[in-house]
Amino acid sequence: MERIPILRLGNLLLVTIQVDLYDKLAETLEADLVQMINKTNAQGVLIDISAVSIIDSFMGRIIGNIATMSRVLDAETVVVGMQPAVAITLVELGLPLKGVASALSVDKGMEVLKKKIQQKEGLKDTPEDNDFIG
Amino acid sequence: MISLDKDSMNILREIDVIPFRNRLKENATKIGMGLVNQTKIITAGSELARNMLKYAGGGIVVIEIINKGRENGIRLTFSDKGPGIADIALAMKDGYSTGKSLGLGLPGTKRLVSEFAIESEVGKGTIVTVIKWKNG
Repeated sequence: MERIPILRLGNLLLVTIQVDLYDKLAETLEADLVQMINKTNAQGVLIDISAVSIIDSFMGRIIGNIATMSRVLDAETVVVGMQPAVAITLVELGLPLKGVASALSVDKGMEVLKKKIQQKEGLKDTPEDNDFIG
Repeated sequence: MISLDKDSMNILREIDVIPFRNRLKENATKIGMGLVNQTKIITAGSELARNMLKYAGGGIVVIEIINKGRENGIRLTFSDKGPGIADIALAMKDGYSTGKSLGLGLPGTKRLVSEFAIESEVGKGTIVTVIKWKNG
């Protein structure tokens, strides 16, 4: 069965979706990710969807689910690289992905995740900077 | 309205949606449709194909390149022999679903296309037709 690989990077999990999503594949990813968070005690999940050209209501819902499930398991999720046409389509479809943190690039997504994790751990000794989209 | 190109595909399994989306992309590119409209019609097609699979166990989709005056567009006709929809007005309401989905399928799809028509007879099946004009 086809699977989307999940990479471990320190206390983060990195998922790059490089193939066309279909329902079963998205559901498998959801299950795999949740298990992986549990197994590795990951604190953050970064999902790169820059290569995904179509997200319909089902796949959008899976992305929302992943974010919610991760939060329940004490991990933060950031979705990065959504194509503008996909964003327009999702909002018109009626699925604005509320509650899912996003960033424009992997770099910025990493910053957002690290900051969220630091905030959660109460390590307030790093300087505040708000120059990214969170 | 003239049909310039006509092609039909069976949607019988979930995986059939991928070649269908690719065919749709090819056709949309062929008529020079912009990326945002392409994404909208492919997403709409994906929603309707899923509906057909989920509620009717699959069916046939006809993909056409159509022309009206100076405007080209894509027309998709989804036909199934499923249970049909008893109350179309209710099915078109945002947030309504008999399945376990979000109920965005039909109303959301309607927002993504230029023209939307649905005919259904309980016990016989459903036909959904959508058109996306190149600049629509």
